[in-house]
Amino acid sequence: MSTKVIQDQTQEREEHPMERLLRMDRIPHIWCPTCGIGTTVTALAVALEQLQLDLNDVAIVSGIGCTGRVAGYTKLDSFHTTHGRAIPFALGLHIARPDLKVIVFSGDGDLVSIGGNHLIHTARRNVDITVICVNNFIYAMTGGQVAPTTPITARSATSPYGNYEHPFNIPLLTASSGAVYVARWTALHVRRLTVAIKEALTKRGFSFVEVIAPCSTLYARLNKLGSGLDLMKFYHDNSVIRHGADPKEVNIDYQSKIVVGKFVDIEKPTYLDCLNNAYKKKFGDKYKPYGGGNGDK
Amino acid sequence: MKANPKNVLTGSHYLDGNHASAEGGIAAGCKFFAGYPITPSTEIAERVSRRFPLIGGVFIQMEDELASMAAILGASWGGVKSMSCTSGPGFSLMMENFGLGIMLETPCVLVNVQRGGPSTGLPTLPGQADMMQARWGSHGDYEVIALAPDSPQESFELAIHAFNLSEKYHMPVLVMTDECVGHMTEKVVIPPAEEIELIERRYTDKEPGEAWPYEPTEEGISPFLPVGKGYKFHVTGLTHDYRGYPIINAEAQEANVRRLIDKVNNHVDEIIWLEEKNVEGAEIVVMAYGISSRVIQPAITKARKEGIKVGQIKMVTVWPFPEKRVRELAGQVKSLIMVEMNYGQVFLEMDRCAAGKCQTYLVGHAGGTVHRPDDIYKIIKEAVK
Amino acid sequence: MKFWRTPLDVDKLKVPRGELHIIKERCKGCGFCVEYCPKGVLELSDEFNSKGYHPPVVVKPDECVNCDLCEMLCPDYAIYCVRVEAEEKEVIN
Repeated sequence: MSTKVIQDQTQEREEHPMERLLRMDRIPHIWCPTCGIGTTVTALAVALEQLQLDLNDVAIVSGIGCTGRVAGYTKLDSFHTTHGRAIPFALGLHIARPDLKVIVFSGDGDLVSIGGNHLIHTARRNVDITVICVNNFIYAMTGGQVAPTTPITARSATSPYGNYEHPFNIPLLTASSGAVYVARWTALHVRRLTVAIKEALTKRGFSFVEVIAPCSTLYARLNKLGSGLDLMKFYHDNSVIRHGADPKEVNIDYQSKIVVGKFVDIEKPTYLDCLNNAYKKKFGDKYKPYGGGNGDK
Repeated sequence: MKANPKNVLTGSHYLDGNHASAEGGIAAGCKFFAGYPITPSTEIAERVSRRFPLIGGVFIQMEDELASMAAILGASWGGVKSMSCTSGPGFSLMMENFGLGIMLETPCVLVNVQRGGPSTGLPTLPGQADMMQARWGSHGDYEVIALAPDSPQESFELAIHAFNLSEKYHMPVLVMTDECVGHMTEKVVIPPAEEIELIERRYTDKEPGEAWPYEPTEEGISPFLPVGKGYKFHVTGLTHDYRGYPIINAEAQEANVRRLIDKVNNHVDEIIWLEEKNVEGAEIVVMAYGISSRVIQPAITKARKEGIKVGQIKMVTVWPFPEKRVRELAGQVKSLIMVEMNYGQVFLEMDRCAAGKCQTYLVGHAGGTVHRPDDIYKIIKEAVK
Repeated sequence: MKFWRTPLDVDKLKVPRGELHIIKERCKGCGFCVEYCPKGVLELSDEFNSKGYHPPVVVKPDECVNCDLCEMLCPDYAIYCVRVEAEEKEVIN
């Protein structure tokens, strides 16, 4: 029989535990009541803390939109770039400093619409960055216009009679482009989301986590779905956890089942691995493996 | 700081302008290149992709020009000198992120090998019709630095100069060549590394927590904050204050835009580079940049033989435009002539600065070929009357 | 707490206890914490903060088990839970 000793577990925290990771001089943030972005940032913060990463070695890049504001609130080296271009900016930063952990934290419109090309190519190249995509099915910051993720029949500012376009299935898009880790959770599954973010951060290669988050002021209001809390209740009753589900089968229809879980978790050499291997093969000992952009120094 | 001999192909070479531009960037210490193929600039990317592996650089062909510009900004923030190359249509695509580079105050170099425009235009023939776009291509108020080489040798030298200017003034710097210079093969002498002066990025000497990205300084240029060293800074394309935090009001806008404009305007005298010949006592002065500054030579020689007092100014920097010099000259000469391969872009600046004090002429055309010296000579004769 | 069978060490188990700290001025009255507390410890209060929102109030202080779910769900970083009660070293066989 084994003996286990339970130690003294008094924890003393005088300030909110998030304050270590937040720019407290800019809190309170601009997100609406019942918005799910704040919860997603908490998941990121807890993931970083549990991984015990040195925060000096983490950089965060975001684009434009409500989720794009995350860079402005997190106390890391943070970059708030142009609409859709967070991923290539992060790619450049990562190649210059492969020792840093580069996180892209942006919204569905930013990453999948205007940034769609960059998303699929960077996934194709399997660049070692982590992308967290907050999907609220709408372009919230600019007033609630239709997004490529808006389900059919949902209303928005530019689909006032209901959206009729087929939306993207983001896990399918990223998985088929070559991402090595694809997971989807809702903001309500905050603990599993934290685990997924931890896995994504430690995974070598292009890791992608989609977070379905409530948008109260635009998506919920324009579709008369109540508030963000009502959307969270909807996620509670309608999300189905299916790890390993085929990404082809995780489409999200309007107000219907949401399949969550870890869909893809494979191994593949990263962009820099492939680069180094190819040049090593070609040049043999003459080639010094690339480890960062300051090889001269 | 001197160039690293590992990067410099010292010696006498027979190179075309594009290859020379690539060698110039490499000699300057560029270690990251993200580009997209577009005629007539592609040779720069091709040469870089060949040279980088053994000198510790990374070349990546991005999915489009938008990504290329974003990637070189990201790499620059990672502390690595980065560059890209493009031509007209790609230049248009890069404009938004070029503006981001200006706003974030990021050093990098962008070479535009100009071709006939607009739109797809003349991919394989020269033009100089992107000059105003170089100045105003991105939205908003800002200042640019644009250089124009006239030969492969200058393409090499100005690539290095562009990197030095970008590291000094913390902004993207443009090298506006054209297809003619880019595809022209001439002797290029690459000096030994010890003779190449490089300006290195100036980092802050303050501790994390005490330094902000855009701290006000006397010269208007703030020391860089290195990424990954605990500074945990924030930078944004939104209007921001000295802390890098977005502030959305008119006062912050005024301060931010003023800072960007003053950064160049307060240093124009150091930045502007003109090569003047026979301008003292001239009646007519011909101004040109890039390949056009060579094409004017036969016309001027012919005119001078006939006794016409004509001088010439080669604008090595096209932006900032040498306003002060042109205003001064306009009061001394009879006519100013601008020769460029477009229907009047930099000419508009010359005309504005002449302010009616002298006659102004444009020798321009839609592009596709360099000027015929005779056309220039005709205008010189016209100007003399 | 309901078990479908009684654990063998039920007399040795010590349920954690938590003390909630609510930063009232940051709260935007979203109700996530109230809705999803597994023990029903919180309710939206009748008082207002300076922005006009109703922050939560602890109605069952003894029921909080320091699960931290409210702390993680709160989008405004307005609530956190501190473990209280130093536990004696327990040996479980």
